[in-house]
Amino acid sequence: MSESTTLPSHRTIIIVGSGPAGYTAAIYAARAGLAPLVVAGSVTAGGALMNTTEVENFPGFPDGIQGPELMESMQKQAERFGAEVIWDDVTSLSLSGAIKTVVTGGGATYTADAVILATGSAYRELGIDDEKRLSGRGVSWCATCDGFFFRGQEILVVGGGDSAVEEATFLTRFASKVTIVHRRDQLRASKIMADRALNDPKIAFAWNSEIVAIHGDQKVTGVTLRDTQSGAVRDLPATGVFVAIGHVPRTELLVGQVDLDPEGYILVEGRSTRTNIPGVVACGDAVDHTYRQAITAAGSGCAAALDAQHYLAELSDAAGVDGRTADPEVAAAR
Amino acid sequence: MTEAPGDGTVIEAGDSTFRTLVLDARGPVLVHFSAAWCAPCRLVEPVLAELAVAYHGRVRVVRVDVDAHPTTAAVYGVTSIPTLSVFSSGEVVRTVVGARPKPELVALVEDVLAGR
Ligand SMILES: Cc1cc2nc3c(=O)[nH]c(=O)nc-3n(C[C@H](O)[C@H](O)[C@H](O)COP(=O)(O)OP(=O)(O)OC[C@H]3O[C@@H](n4cnc5c(N)ncnc54)[C@H](O)[C@@H]3O)c2cc1C
Repeated sequence: MSESTTLPSHRTIIIVGSGPAGYTAAIYAARAGLAPLVVAGSVTAGGALMNTTEVENFPGFPDGIQGPELMESMQKQAERFGAEVIWDDVTSLSLSGAIKTVVTGGGATYTADAVILATGSAYRELGIDDEKRLSGRGVSWCATCDGFFFRGQEILVVGGGDSAVEEATFLTRFASKVTIVHRRDQLRASKIMADRALNDPKIAFAWNSEIVAIHGDQKVTGVTLRDTQSGAVRDLPATGVFVAIGHVPRTELLVGQVDLDPEGYILVEGRSTRTNIPGVVACGDAVDHTYRQAITAAGSGCAAALDAQHYLAELSDAAGVDGRTADPEVAAAR
Repeated sequence: MTEAPGDGTVIEAGDSTFRTLVLDARGPVLVHFSAAWCAPCRLVEPVLAELAVAYHGRVRVVRVDVDAHPTTAAVYGVTSIPTLSVFSSGEVVRTVVGARPKPELVALVEDVLAGR
């Protein structure tokens, strides 16, 4: 491809990821005059909220807002201040030196003084053989995409957190019955969402249950559940299995580049967003074990942009360069 | 048999046109099972438009709206979108479920063209 033969293009800041964390970092960096490049991802651009419907807890939207619409607004806000967004995946990076290098799937190479990592998370899989075999044959990770195919059918949602409950509630629009399969005897979801599900006549519960097998040849026909207390197994018929058992950080690319914890989350220093590599900061769900919300991801994206600006200001001080706008105080005064 | 196997653009196929546009086509056809409400589907659309241009005259690229054309989707057992299937001589020869980056779709099409 022709891009790979051209010289790498240099940016002050490159942001990897276009979820709430990446776009918030982009808004702050752009407003500081740093013209960040956002490598948004190709088919996952916009991040996790692209796969949901109503977001009811993002401040500023009293009537709620559709996930994809919220992400498009964040993108526009970042672009308005001079962020450049490209729809490609980062396929490799080299972060250790003063000049960082980022290579994309399309074959372009970019260099930068600072990199903000905001790669979020990917769906956690059940980890049973049947899951891959029947993916797209009744096993799904996206209720908003696939609920339509299960009109009038009995289906399962696996999980007990907010996303599981939200998916189950959404799926009642199509399915005749949705059974939430959860390993424990009560939901982990927030009270308002849990109450909604508990009072929904179309939602049933299989408590203390885990899926050990999914049946079906060309299409899902049912599952085998094991009781997590007694170990007893039983079969449950279903034509669809929606998996919503949480997320794993999407950091495979970063192995050997920045310090990760044993679960793959990016390690940062204290309350900052600084990784162990100078000039590389990280934010959002790729860092966060605990909160994993759009607003906390956005908040840490802001912190990452400010930490990166601070690093750049120190760099230019050390180099005796003035006239840079990397100082957050200067930026804030604009 | 319809004319050239590639059209330079993504064409819409539905329950009534699937046979002519896909099954009876000369050469491979990449079919995108899609719907307006599916965000990951929208994200692969630009990639498919690029493939339609890049493989003009060699591979037809087709979009099937599963909402408007549920029969075709049901015949091929589609229960997740996006589903991307390559048809050759009326048969499904490759299928991937879920949005994929361009290099992966290029590899898929190249495999089929090379008869792998
Ligand atoms: C179904 C569902 C419903 C939810 N509902 C709510 C809700 O109502 N309220 C709420 O507050 N939170 C909700 N959440 C959680 C919220 O979506 C996440 O906490 C938030 O999106 C995390 O933001 P992030 O920017 O860290 O990561 P993500 O949103 O996951 O974004 C990660 C980004 O990184 C990019 N990326 C990854 N790897 C690469 C690469 N190699 N190259 C380039 N780009 C890359 C992706 O393209 C993506 O743009 C929901 C989550 C789900 C799954």
